[in-house]
Amino acid sequence: MTDTAVKYDIDGDGIVTLTLDDPGQSANTMNEAYATAMAEAVERLYADADRVKGVVITSAKSTFFAGGDLKRMMPLRKEHAAEVFAEVEGIKATLRKLELFPKPVVAAINGAALGGGLEIALAANHRIAAEGRYEIGLPEVTLGLLPGGGGVTRTVRMFGIVTALTEILGQGTRFKPEAAQAKGLVDELVAADQLVVRAKAWVTENADVEGAGLQPWDKPGYKIPGGTPSSPSLAAFLPALGPILRKQIKQADMRAPKAILSAAVEGAQVDFETATRIESRYFVSLVTGQQAKNMIQAFFFDLGSINSGALRPAGVEKYRPTKAVVLGAGMMGAGIAYVLARAGVEVVLKDVSIEAAERGKSYTAGLNEKGVSRGKISQEKADEILGRITATASAEDAAGADLVVEAVFEDVALKQKVFNEITPFLAEGALLCSNTSTLPITDLAKGLDGTDAAARFIGLHFFSPVDKMPLVEIIKGAETSDETLAKAYDVVLAIKKTPMIAHDSRGFYTSRVIGTVIEEGLRMVAEGVHPYSIERAATQAGYPVGPLQLADELNLELMVKIAKTTREALGSEELTTTERVAGKLIAAGRSGKLKGAGFYDYVDGKRTSIWEGLAELFPVAEEQPAIADLRDRQTFIEAIETAKTFEEGVVTSAAHANIGSVFGIGFPPATGGAAQFITGYDAADGSFGIEAFLKRADELAAAYGERFAPTPYLREMAAKGESFPA
Amino acid sequence: MAEAFIYDHLRTPRGRGKKTGALHEVKPVDLVVGLLDEAQKRNPTLDTDRVDDIVLGVVSPIGDQGMDIARTASLLSGLPETVAGVQVNRFCASGLEAVNQAAARVRSGFEDLIIAGGVESMSRVPLGSDGGAWAMDPATNLATDFVPQGIGADLIATLEGFSRTDVDALAAESHARADKAWSNGYFENSVVPVYDKNGVLVLSKDELIRPGTSVESLAGLKPSFEQQGRDGGFDEVALAKYHWIEKINHVHHAGNSSGIVDGAAIVVIGNEQVGKDYGLRPRARIISTAVIGSEPTIMLTGPAPAARKALAKVGLEAKDIDLWEINEAFAAVALRFMKDMGISQDVTNVNGGAMAMGHPLGATGAIILGTLVDELERQGKRRGLATLCVGAGMGIATIVELV
Repeated sequence: MTDTAVKYDIDGDGIVTLTLDDPGQSANTMNEAYATAMAEAVERLYADADRVKGVVITSAKSTFFAGGDLKRMMPLRKEHAAEVFAEVEGIKATLRKLELFPKPVVAAINGAALGGGLEIALAANHRIAAEGRYEIGLPEVTLGLLPGGGGVTRTVRMFGIVTALTEILGQGTRFKPEAAQAKGLVDELVAADQLVVRAKAWVTENADVEGAGLQPWDKPGYKIPGGTPSSPSLAAFLPALGPILRKQIKQADMRAPKAILSAAVEGAQVDFETATRIESRYFVSLVTGQQAKNMIQAFFFDLGSINSGALRPAGVEKYRPTKAVVLGAGMMGAGIAYVLARAGVEVVLKDVSIEAAERGKSYTAGLNEKGVSRGKISQEKADEILGRITATASAEDAAGADLVVEAVFEDVALKQKVFNEITPFLAEGALLCSNTSTLPITDLAKGLDGTDAAARFIGLHFFSPVDKMPLVEIIKGAETSDETLAKAYDVVLAIKKTPMIAHDSRGFYTSRVIGTVIEEGLRMVAEGVHPYSIERAATQAGYPVGPLQLADELNLELMVKIAKTTREALGSEELTTTERVAGKLIAAGRSGKLKGAGFYDYVDGKRTSIWEGLAELFPVAEEQPAIADLRDRQTFIEAIETAKTFEEGVVTSAAHANIGSVFGIGFPPATGGAAQFITGYDAADGSFGIEAFLKRADELAAAYGERFAPTPYLREMAAKGESFPA
Repeated sequence: MAEAFIYDHLRTPRGRGKKTGALHEVKPVDLVVGLLDEAQKRNPTLDTDRVDDIVLGVVSPIGDQGMDIARTASLLSGLPETVAGVQVNRFCASGLEAVNQAAARVRSGFEDLIIAGGVESMSRVPLGSDGGAWAMDPATNLATDFVPQGIGADLIATLEGFSRTDVDALAAESHARADKAWSNGYFENSVVPVYDKNGVLVLSKDELIRPGTSVESLAGLKPSFEQQGRDGGFDEVALAKYHWIEKINHVHHAGNSSGIVDGAAIVVIGNEQVGKDYGLRPRARIISTAVIGSEPTIMLTGPAPAARKALAKVGLEAKDIDLWEINEAFAAVALRFMKDMGISQDVTNVNGGAMAMGHPLGATGAIILGTLVDELERQGKRRGLATLCVGAGMGIATIVELV
């Protein structure tokens, strides 16, 4: 029995300890080894029932239990539905049997219990968690799945439909142990070394307590908190549950939250056994579908590979900056100073005047204040963060800094000038980073003073607002050394952001790709498509906002400037769509949000309605395209551009394109990102994969123009059955 | 083919559909029984053994209205036990659906005499109390783009550019017409007062009509569906489909939507032979009926396609119809129907409608058909068409011709 994934021990007091310890993996997952071992353990419990006083479930790993075996889920298709259903039902039958064991069962949660891990614990009568910094929750929805191990059924019975949906299942919230206790997911918190001792003590205390071995929902007279769909109070609200969810996800086709809602409500109308079977069926529908695969690929495998530094040049010692200089205390600089200080780095925030620098520093003070008032951080911690930032106007304060992040206006000469001002004061070998969204890194590097400056120089493209946006695009210039890339990667991880690597070229990855979808939106305007249809098509496709709102926020003048520069660099005379359409708005005095007038009207800086005059500049066409086409034109134009960035070597990894496109420029998360959108294309007719993508792209090309036509690179990739490099 | 003649039609007055309404104390089955009794009194020569079936529309067939209320009413009224009963539900069209089914069965020759109609005690069995997957089951609700009908009505107004004044003006006109019709006794022949078990009068007249209702007096009423549309996420569901419009203009309120009331109606439908056998005078023939499905989210645009379908079936056009009844579920529904069909308000709902007198869901179709027959007779006109918008996106229409 030494090689089992669930160890069975019975002590002198008759308390059985089930220790989760997969012999084949560093973390426990719901694989076959677990299923078999747990089933055997539960059988043995029943066989030993006479001498068993109670049960403690714990883990021998550093985490409690990691959840489903995602790797095994990836190849599952519709044709596997019956066997997947049987397997899921089998795993759940064991847990249900454990749950119905008439003695007290306690889960001793020693570390992360996410997904399946928490679901095992929910089958226990009591949950005790060790104090510590780890996570407890049911995050399945973030991977396009639902908690199919009883998580929906049991949380609905513990908390009621609405609370379970809004606070636990719907967003896939991950709770720290204290928060999990506050929520009621965990009953007790104890010091880690007391965990099993306390668990056994609980069993002893409850061994003779009537009903301690029964779940509330298995006791007579049990009622679901908040009522069932047939309770008038809930019934009145029930028709709105779906529509409210649709509003939250902005009408995007996200299947997991809809399945969770459905399983929760349907399950509340029937007995536990039937409810859990309904839950399994919804789980199977998600796990055999393409959307979950796309999301698992992006948000588990790709994100995992990025966080583990798969593309970070090896052999470079892990870098931790000690003192950073942030050049420019505008909105970006202020935000960058904040995230560095938050990560424990001393920051010198420099601008041309001390007033401007102080203004930048006050941004951190403002965020701190908000954080303290919301109880997110302590006053002490906030003071510490603010204390790390020194606002200055003098270059000497850069003395000894080993990291520079420049965030001044997008002007090559200006950027070079501010670097060179402080160069004499920096520590030897300092890492030189420029926050630029478009200027070529290689060109910028050319004007820098200092030994090996170009090798130490790299682009760090932050997104606004810096404190909220999770991505930083790292741009490797032609001269940038591997060591510099590795160090920049470490900086991004240190400030708790996600890095994506792009190679230097016009617009890098993110700016270049987002430019195409904005231009496509403007092209639709020029075609006379209803502006609201354009915007709604975007959110229906899964974007957070539409291209016209984006254009307004980006500023039309800036867009025209970039479009013109790009066009001239390509030697083209013909005005781009962006120049033509945005040009007309600019001429009408409507350059965007900053001006309080763009595609939209603004009142006190707040966006209201589409500008009525737009219909005069671009009359609405008699015939309107299908909204499905409007949606696909937006996703496909970005996907096609993404493929080109691979072809040109701007990005070299699907993981980076996927995560970069979702985290940086709002590419629909349910697609798994702009590269996965192609290779894992989930067509409306149920076909999937790159061939299906090419078919739809060809349709769009025939209907709307050659810009949608896949390049030979992509067709060849499909023909060879290959994918983008991981 | 046999004819489907309308020999008689009766209805109760409509009581306000809340606990303060006069008919709240009256069980829905008793509303029906009162009409069945009166029908026998009025047609003493009729041999009730000949009645094949009672077909009643009910939209919320649970509680007091459950267990096949048509059969229950048949038994309770003392009709011969051979008179069967069935309850049908096509939402707001149930009453007209009952009539159309009865007419079809008579015309087919399968049966000779059927009493059709409907009942709804909205004060006792509120709208929606029967639940149903369409609204209550998230998977179904999501897949079918469910929104409550008021959102659809407001969407119609938005798309058609009907202003608050437009819809309120129609509501005011409905009250004025209903008031005039009552004053002139136009409803006297068809409305059967409701009495208690001791023969004491409970209600003799529609309770909801407010003479003197004007655009000004309606102006203060708050839109009924604005909050629901916003907080319940329904506006966004509708706008996902009607994506080109910015937002829904919520113009409907209690005063320009159909009133919530209690009431019942029956129509006696039989072939020629029945009339000959018992000396009954056929008043009108049902010459065409139609139902149709329409876009379910806007939900209430079915009447025009249903009317066109019914007209086409008998080779008629809108100009061949003398009078129209379109159920005033919401003002915008009637406005849109008149616009779609290119017909005048002068020949539509000439004695007012559900905004003034109320819409007892299961009964209304039978009521407006009866009103149409009465008014054709009074004006000496020939053909009329009655139509209703229907939940989940349907339309129904029936064309009658005086004999």
